[in-house]
Amino acid sequence: MKAPARAHPLWIAYIVHRLSGVALAAFLPLHFWVLAMAVSDPGRLDGFLALTEATLVKVAEFGLVFLLAVHMFGGLRVLALEWLPWRPAQKSLAAGAAAISFLIAGAFFLQAV
Amino acid sequence: MPSDVLHVTIDRANGPESFEVPAYDNQTVLDVVSWVQQNADPTLSYRFACRVGMCGSCAMMVNGVPRWTCRTHVSKVTDGAAIHVGPLRNLPIIKDLAVDMDPFFDKWVAAEGVHHGGLTRDDSIAVVDEGSATRVEANAGIECINCSVCYAACDTVAGNADYLGPAALQRAWTLLNDAKDEGSVAILDAVSGDGGCHNCHSMGSCTLYCPNELDPMSAIAGLKRETAKNFFWRGR
Repeated sequence: MKAPARAHPLWIAYIVHRLSGVALAAFLPLHFWVLAMAVSDPGRLDGFLALTEATLVKVAEFGLVFLLAVHMFGGLRVLALEWLPWRPAQKSLAAGAAAISFLIAGAFFLQAV
Repeated sequence: MPSDVLHVTIDRANGPESFEVPAYDNQTVLDVVSWVQQNADPTLSYRFACRVGMCGSCAMMVNGVPRWTCRTHVSKVTDGAAIHVGPLRNLPIIKDLAVDMDPFFDKWVAAEGVHHGGLTRDDSIAVVDEGSATRVEANAGIECINCSVCYAACDTVAGNADYLGPAALQRAWTLLNDAKDEGSVAILDAVSGDGGCHNCHSMGSCTLYCPNELDPMSAIAGLKRETAKNFFWRGR
């Protein structure tokens, strides 16, 4: 039997949290590789950082900051759900976490361009 | 009713089978399934008893959503004039729409969803303070009728056959908060194991689809807090 309808806010919050976590984990090796250039080959690092002026890279950075923000606020929501004795308004908090993430990522993007 | 015939698809052992069922103004999904069994194919197997949302035996997947078929009006779920009915998800199928509820009830017991009495007939009845915080928590989940709708809705159950599931864990939380139950150590031990409350990802499908509007997700969150407190501050 097919799975029940999943288009409800908490299920979406769940899947966004998992996928953003996996995506961030996948990004980390690249992140450390570039950071390591600062020690091993500063000249190459400067060349690499020049790439960040490209629009495509800026858009990718927006996505990265969004992933970080949505994972952090979604994680805070889950921590609050599990550690604070509350029950209502879970959907609003999930939506709020997404909204704050968009705000931060959007602010970063506007500042970057 | 936009049409006088319903196009009903029922998942059976040999795959989905289609039926044309007369549509009426007042008609539940259970009425539709019963019409098929009584007029089209007497070999169709399904399960029901009370027909009024008290017994919890008629739950099925209706257009992909677990529901009590007896309390689901056809007009609320039809997709055009089409309805797709299947057996509850996450449970072994016995035949057609009848599932084997044994795993569900076995987990109910495995989560210590049984009464742990400490008094004898000579003792006076335990005093229950209706206004206490623990009683409010216990009352919140006490109307569960074991229909397994939440169990069928849960993706964590689908992914982990050992997971106790929302209904059993909610009952454990209810008993943990019940002044008449003295099994708190056994309950916390039962729900903190491999298949216990910490498997829950708080997807909330249990709470969304519960026909009694109960909130197993929050009950499981309560168990997570209590098991963690037990682990950090009282040792295991």
